Amino acid sequence: MNKYPAWLNMLVPFVLLTGMLMALPNIYGTAPALQLADKDGNDITEIMLENFVRTVENDGVTPNEAYLKDGRAVIRFETVEDQHRAGDRLRDRYEGEASVALTLAPKLPAWLRGLGLNPMSLGLDLRGGVYVLLEVDMDTAIDNRLKSYEQDFDDRLRRADIGRHQVDRNGRAITVRLKNADDLEEASRIVRAADPDIIIIENAVGNSLTVRMTETQIKARQDFAIEQNVTTLRNRVDELGVAEPLVQRQGADRIVVQLPGVQDPNALTEILTATATLEFRLVDTTGELPGSRRYPGRGDEESAVLKLEVIASGDQITDAEAGFSEGSPAVFIKLDAAGGAKMLTTTQNNLNKPMSTLFIETRRESVTRGGVTEQRVVKTEEIINTASIRGVFKNSFQITGLTPKDARDLALLLRAGALAAPVYQIDERTIGPNLGHDNIDRGFRAVQIGFLAVIVFMAVYYRWFGMIANIALLSNLVLIVALLSLLQASLTLPGIAGIVLTVGMAVDANVLIFERIREELRAGVKPQAAINSGYEKALSSIVDANITTLIAAVVLFAFGTGAIKGFAITLSLGIITSLFTSIVGTRAIVNFAFGGRKLTTVPI
Amino acid sequence: MQLLKNKTNFNFLGAGRRRIAISFAVILVVISLASLATRGLEFGIDFTGGVLLEVGYPVAADLDSIRSNLAGAGFEDAQVQQFGAETDVLVRLPPQLKVDAHELRRRLQETLEASGESVDLRRVELVSPQVGEELTEQGATAMIIAILMIFAYVMFRFQWKFSAGAVAALVHDVIVTVGVFSVFALPFDLTVVAAMLAVIGYSLNDTVVAFDRIRENFIKLRGISAEESMNISINEMLARTVITGVTTLFVLVALLMLGGESIGPFSIALIVGIIVGTYSSIYTASATALQLGVNAQDLLEPVRDPELVDDLP
Repeated sequence: MNKYPAWLNMLVPFVLLTGMLMALPNIYGTAPALQLADKDGNDITEIMLENFVRTVENDGVTPNEAYLKDGRAVIRFETVEDQHRAGDRLRDRYEGEASVALTLAPKLPAWLRGLGLNPMSLGLDLRGGVYVLLEVDMDTAIDNRLKSYEQDFDDRLRRADIGRHQVDRNGRAITVRLKNADDLEEASRIVRAADPDIIIIENAVGNSLTVRMTETQIKARQDFAIEQNVTTLRNRVDELGVAEPLVQRQGADRIVVQLPGVQDPNALTEILTATATLEFRLVDTTGELPGSRRYPGRGDEESAVLKLEVIASGDQITDAEAGFSEGSPAVFIKLDAAGGAKMLTTTQNNLNKPMSTLFIETRRESVTRGGVTEQRVVKTEEIINTASIRGVFKNSFQITGLTPKDARDLALLLRAGALAAPVYQIDERTIGPNLGHDNIDRGFRAVQIGFLAVIVFMAVYYRWFGMIANIALLSNLVLIVALLSLLQASLTLPGIAGIVLTVGMAVDANVLIFERIREELRAGVKPQAAINSGYEKALSSIVDANITTLIAAVVLFAFGTGAIKGFAITLSLGIITSLFTSIVGTRAIVNFAFGGRKLTTVPI
Repeated sequence: MQLLKNKTNFNFLGAGRRRIAISFAVILVVISLASLATRGLEFGIDFTGGVLLEVGYPVAADLDSIRSNLAGAGFEDAQVQQFGAETDVLVRLPPQLKVDAHELRRRLQETLEASGESVDLRRVELVSPQVGEELTEQGATAMIIAILMIFAYVMFRFQWKFSAGAVAALVHDVIVTVGVFSVFALPFDLTVVAAMLAVIGYSLNDTVVAFDRIRENFIKLRGISAEESMNISINEMLARTVITGVTTLFVLVALLMLGGESIGPFSIALIVGIIVGTYSSIYTASATALQLGVNAQDLLEPVRDPELVDDLP
């Protein structure tokens, strides 16, 4: 009696060893490192990585390790001095090409990194940094769209030669008033042509049309606005040179930005208040016209001399989408009426001449010189694309001759320039590095002491069986750490609290089993049978009890944000792993130690 | 070793005791609700919105001069208090709606350093009131959904009278724990809401374990009253209830003492909740089920799922 089948006897050590392997990266600690990201958002290649390392080595600093992770280069050093020196050197050498961030990297042996294993990732409250929650002003996003509808309708009606009309906007509706009732149908048809999906209501009384966007259109517009803002912010955050930044959409109209290790939220405020726009300008091929200037190209883009005159600017772009034209990647652009008219005359007169798209960004930046911090306005002007005018067009045209990625990026940039949906900061938290450290130290101390108290108690109270439960408890901790490392879920201070709570509650299953065994023994059941029925009879209680706690943890995970999610994650993982270790794990040991032989007493 | 002698035989659920237990629970709930209605809760800025700074001074901080410096700079309604160590100070301000975040941070740092020493801004939080409203809503929704799901699960595994008992115990635990925060004016922040949900989970754990034994005894011990049967069950589970409570309290006390100031409210909520949850699983849950007339007939067709048992050791 009390023998496990071979597969179960194998399963327990297998799970435990796998867990130990996955938890292993956490014991190596971290060392100063640099993280380099490409400024244009491309992945860093092996060749670039080699160049970085060569640059550093030429300066007399030998890195301990250099590797690629998530499209970024990580270079690890022995000392902080080396890290700073190499950082300065790389920043000078690759200015405008790559951003360089100071960070800490795990000192993993190469074979562990080769397996793709990583230590747990720490939340902002444990490592310090800035957290900002932004809200996108959706009303403005919709307003902008309505504004361009308004202009478009007005323009179409004028061209269609419909008698006198007036287009107004009130709230989320556009009203088209007509002089003659007879024109109503014709006007409706013209408006419909501008957008086949839009809602049009004909009011016979008052000779007017009421036009509204459909719910789907509004929702699409809002999604579009927020996705754009996320992309723009991500590009700007990358410029900051922060290791492992996070820019993520949250819910319908929110964006979360997390900058680990950053101490000054001002840097973030600066990029948030930055504004970006675009201008279409002709290239001055002679290079001699008054007002012409040479502008640098972004990334691999060539620099060019552009004419002063602006054909159309970003706020006139109503839409930009990446797609394919005759099989090759293209960006489809739509301009509003005024932009379209100007584009028409320009293209008529400049066929086959090159036209450039100029990206202009303005932002505030704090500069510290000699201990005095002052604000200055920084303006970046870069050419993002130059293409030949291949035909006459007005408000709708396409740019070709791009790679698929370029097309996507350009479309995003054009939209980002076009749409000015402002963002507001509604939550900002900055955790200093000292507090982060303290939080880790305190949290782990609490885990250690709590763990020790439980272990001593169990050993005294249940003797050998208590020791077996303690082995399960320790394995449970290893498995939680392993799963957290595997999932790369952020460990937060409430997350540590969740682990502490799990340690306290994980022994419950064993208490239930052991008390049951004692009961059976008191009732005169023979030792081996008592062990067996103790495990069997306690099972339904254990499962029911843990499922209900799991329900609470899952609800917490679904509704919680930030730090609360961290608690829900460790609690849920802890419940699951503790079920395995305290039922299957302890039984395997008990069977191994006591199973299949004659027992006169049970050491419980 | 054993804490309790082999077989305890406390009369937990006798008619008189039951009345006392229920009255006690009702009184606690009434006190809690009265305090919540009159005194309310010390909501943290997670809920109210506002500004919070945790500041580390190189020497013991002089709270009075910090207060007067802040008042002088236009922050008259600043709350300044010690936070853990003598050198650490917590400053709270109501939402600053008209000031740009950038500007506000600069002014606060200047003001705090006015007395000459340079300070370590350990933590700065600027929360808009809007976020707080949403969090309150989310917290309440989470709590209600958790309770409903648990009601459904217990009904599926047992029977509605047990469900009602379990939920009565949960509602009691939540109200009394929040009541303790109100009566003693303890800071109520987002982590406390998380702790409350953990308490719901824990308390239920206890209740379900007791119910499981009651069900077993209803089937095994025929010919005795439901009351006697439930009493025997609770006595049989007493050692387990106490031991699990004790080990959990061990770690929570460690967390309270060592975990640092910011995790304090969380630890207190759990400690209170677990104490309340332990007695309520004996009294509130079982007494309610008994009061609703639960008996062996209700469980004649036990909804045991054989698959759950078969594939386990």
